[in-house]
Amino acid sequence: MGRPTSSERPPVTPELAREHGLTTGEWERLCSRLGRVPTYEELGVATVMWSEHCSYKSSRFHLRRLPTTGDRVVQGPGENAGAVSIGGGLAVVFKIESHNHPSYIEPYQGAATGVGGILRDVFTMGARPIASLNSLRFGDPSHPKTRSLVRGVVAGIGGYGNSIGVPTVGGEVYFDHGYDGNCLVNAFTLGVVEESRLMLARASGVGNPVLLIGSRTGRDGIHGASLLASAEFDATSEEKRPTVQVGDPFTEKLLLEATLEIQAADLAVAVQDLGAAGLTSSSVEMASRGELGIELDLDHVPLRETGMTAYEIMLSESQERMLIVCEPARVPQIQAVCRKWDLEAAVVGRLTDDGTYRVRHHGVEVIAVPVDLLADPPALERPIAEPADAETEVGPEAFPEPEDYERVLRDLVASPNLCSRQWIWDQYDHFVGGGTLVHPGGDAAVVQVVGTDLKVAMTVDCNSRYCQLDPYVGASIAICEAARNLVASGAEPIGVSDCLNFGNPERPEIMWQFEQAVNGIRDACVAFRLPVVSGNVSFYNETEGRAIPPTPTIAMVGLVRASQPLTSWFKAAGDEIWLLGSSREELAGSEFAAIVHGRRDGAPPWVDFRAEQALHQVVLSAAERSLLASCHDVSDGGLAMAMVESCCSVPDGLPMPGARIRLAEGMRPDAWLFGESQGRMLVSVKREASSALRDLASGHAVPAMQLGEVGGTTLDLDDLVSIPVAELAAVWRGAFGALVDGGTRR
Amino acid sequence: MKWGVVTFPGSNDDRDTAHVLRNVLGQETVPLWHKSADLEGVDCVVLPGGFSYGDYLRCGAIARFSPIMGAIARHAASGGLVLGICNGFQVLCEAGLLPGALVRNRDLRFVCRDVTLRVESISNPFTNLAFAGDVWRIPVKHGEGCYVADPATLDEMEREARILVRYCRPDGSRVRDDGAGRSDYNPNGSARDVAGVMNAGRNVFGLMPHPEHAADPAILGAEGARRSADGMRIFQSIAHWVDQRREQASAGSMR
Repeated sequence: MGRPTSSERPPVTPELAREHGLTTGEWERLCSRLGRVPTYEELGVATVMWSEHCSYKSSRFHLRRLPTTGDRVVQGPGENAGAVSIGGGLAVVFKIESHNHPSYIEPYQGAATGVGGILRDVFTMGARPIASLNSLRFGDPSHPKTRSLVRGVVAGIGGYGNSIGVPTVGGEVYFDHGYDGNCLVNAFTLGVVEESRLMLARASGVGNPVLLIGSRTGRDGIHGASLLASAEFDATSEEKRPTVQVGDPFTEKLLLEATLEIQAADLAVAVQDLGAAGLTSSSVEMASRGELGIELDLDHVPLRETGMTAYEIMLSESQERMLIVCEPARVPQIQAVCRKWDLEAAVVGRLTDDGTYRVRHHGVEVIAVPVDLLADPPALERPIAEPADAETEVGPEAFPEPEDYERVLRDLVASPNLCSRQWIWDQYDHFVGGGTLVHPGGDAAVVQVVGTDLKVAMTVDCNSRYCQLDPYVGASIAICEAARNLVASGAEPIGVSDCLNFGNPERPEIMWQFEQAVNGIRDACVAFRLPVVSGNVSFYNETEGRAIPPTPTIAMVGLVRASQPLTSWFKAAGDEIWLLGSSREELAGSEFAAIVHGRRDGAPPWVDFRAEQALHQVVLSAAERSLLASCHDVSDGGLAMAMVESCCSVPDGLPMPGARIRLAEGMRPDAWLFGESQGRMLVSVKREASSALRDLASGHAVPAMQLGEVGGTTLDLDDLVSIPVAELAAVWRGAFGALVDGGTRR
Repeated sequence: MKWGVVTFPGSNDDRDTAHVLRNVLGQETVPLWHKSADLEGVDCVVLPGGFSYGDYLRCGAIARFSPIMGAIARHAASGGLVLGICNGFQVLCEAGLLPGALVRNRDLRFVCRDVTLRVESISNPFTNLAFAGDVWRIPVKHGEGCYVADPATLDEMEREARILVRYCRPDGSRVRDDGAGRSDYNPNGSARDVAGVMNAGRNVFGLMPHPEHAADPAILGAEGARRSADGMRIFQSIAHWVDQRREQASAGSMR
């Protein structure tokens, strides 16, 4: 769209509104509520506030169905992030958020500012961030853009996270050709705050001043929310690079320390960070939550460059800025804190009681609109239609049994979705903060709240192939798997944040995927009594009519109940290896089916919430009684990959054990080894503890089967596979680097 | 003894380091602010890891001009102890308190992982509780940790036993692989596998690995005893050295 240059203030017409992305209905609503044609600036702020990205207009109707309450919930959805009590007067504040479109256009800055944005959401609430995760999706490794996107996104996440001093402790990465035209970058941050000091973004106190602190405002990122995040990609998308913001982690670090200092001294009434749609959305949302009016004088906004128009100042998405409401007497104290940290702090407005959003520039009132008109666009009930190509049954007979199991295993170990991600996490600081108990590579990351005994576990999960095959089942499996990953670390799940990545919501079949996924999350969360306390929706992940696979990424947080977290690797020769949970002859939808047979059809694995919960009870009880030497979730790549990982994920400096197992009768060996039946854990126990484990399992009606034992230097899977673990480990660890930059050094 | 931990804008490991000194080592530790020139009478100043002033120009290039650096230079000139970790090491090199410089890692990527270090020299305030040849496991995390200095400086430091720790294999050996004296376990391409060096006055030490991340037993116990507490040896050595000097001084004054 031809954005006018600084000096222009074009006449506002229905055509201009359409260029901004407003529908005819929205245009008419705006004019009728105002009783006149809006000004150019009013059109700009209405457009961004009513954009899909800011308003959730397509998703709100469905999101209402998610459970959001629970005993531990301190703050549910609606604030910058959710908060859940962890005891000791403390709460964890967390959220996952997408930065997909910017990362595809400009991978380093897109990913970096994604990290910066989610960090701000957390420390805005007064919580010191103690850990970050990320969930990434890229196209097929052979696609010409994939390698540079991986390198850029990983460098951007590291560049921002490492610089600001928050450890990046885990995450997940998948490759699928369905993401060739749209990568996904979902960033999660968790912080800790005293419950009584939780800061909300609800303006209060008519007459109270509004301060803007942090970076100066420039011309970067204008219309990021409305044009970049709320539309599909097409051949001209590269031209939108100027709408991507540029991050400055150093300023964010100062902003973090200053904000926490302001809140520790109780100087603020409300705090809101500036993210998508910048000053506009932050001020509208604050006023709206407090049911007040607000007036801003743009002449007081510190600017990075001269000649910026009101339109540009309102829509700039310059990073590292924060809006603070305080009592008038507190202004000098807040400014003193900002001076200490070398930050700007300017009074740019005040709260009013007339419910109107007013903006002045050079003495002229350029905006005067009811706050509620901007903040509450009507929720849409978009048409829904189940696509015609519904799932088909694909039984095991569709997959001829492999002749050479060793070759299959080697192929899986080296495959893009199953190989070790060490190449990535070697580029992230996962030590800073001094609390990391379980580093990247485990089922979940575990971080101790320094100064307490509290151990917080966290994970991000979504198998989008399952979601493509059946979005309801796929989304509920994502909840189950996230919970299982926490449990495998000895943690009880306590809260969820979701990041729902989908195609164009104007297409009924995409809305069907969305509806189904929300229902899957809801049913699984209700079954597990888990609240969804925060989240984000990203639509329009679509290029030239081709949507991504539905990807409802689940971030889940848990509390470790045992004195130490569990880890996934085998500890000592002679320990018995047990499989907990039921195995079915399920091969459709598996990595094995995709890699070995080139098939990505059929139904995803069976999901059974009750069986899953019983499994979790067994593992958590066993962990509390210190029965388990290791525990690992059986998921992508099935039992065989779980065995490989339990052998090869031993940290540097410890000996790498071999293992041998035998398979039971009654099922094809390839289904045993590579099937992805849900609700299973692979554990190892000391010989003398195994009867206690068996009793515990039978008490919860969870099938428990002794498979074999730890020991030797090879991985022996029945009579089908016998490979030295050192050889498997070398392939498994080296494959990702080879994939991304043609070789890695170790 | 009394420790001071400097906070520059952009310091990240200042809190972690102070936590270890105060709560694990159990000694008095005060925060030192970059805008102040008062070292509050500390025995040892620690310059922590992080990205001082964003490190956009060159690591440590701006921090060296901050008010506290003048005070630290005077402290060092009068024999006071200074420990620079990672970004602190970079700042000390920029300030001329240590020889050489730290440049971008050989493979141009940030690297965060445990490395093994061989203790090369022990007659000094920083590693005196180790045995020469000890192998420590301590993490590194940096993008610009490749140590460079001219051959004459490196020769001189070797002669004077001022290279205190070198990157090595887990068994302590160094396998040369690139014809330039750098082993295959060198994470960043540093000249002669240097991980940490001391000044000619033997009271200023800088290293890229992070001893504070290999120190807290409450954290290290997880992961099946995965991590070592080897980093504590550096802090304990410094404390031991200061205590011995005190005892000698008071014994001397009594005589």
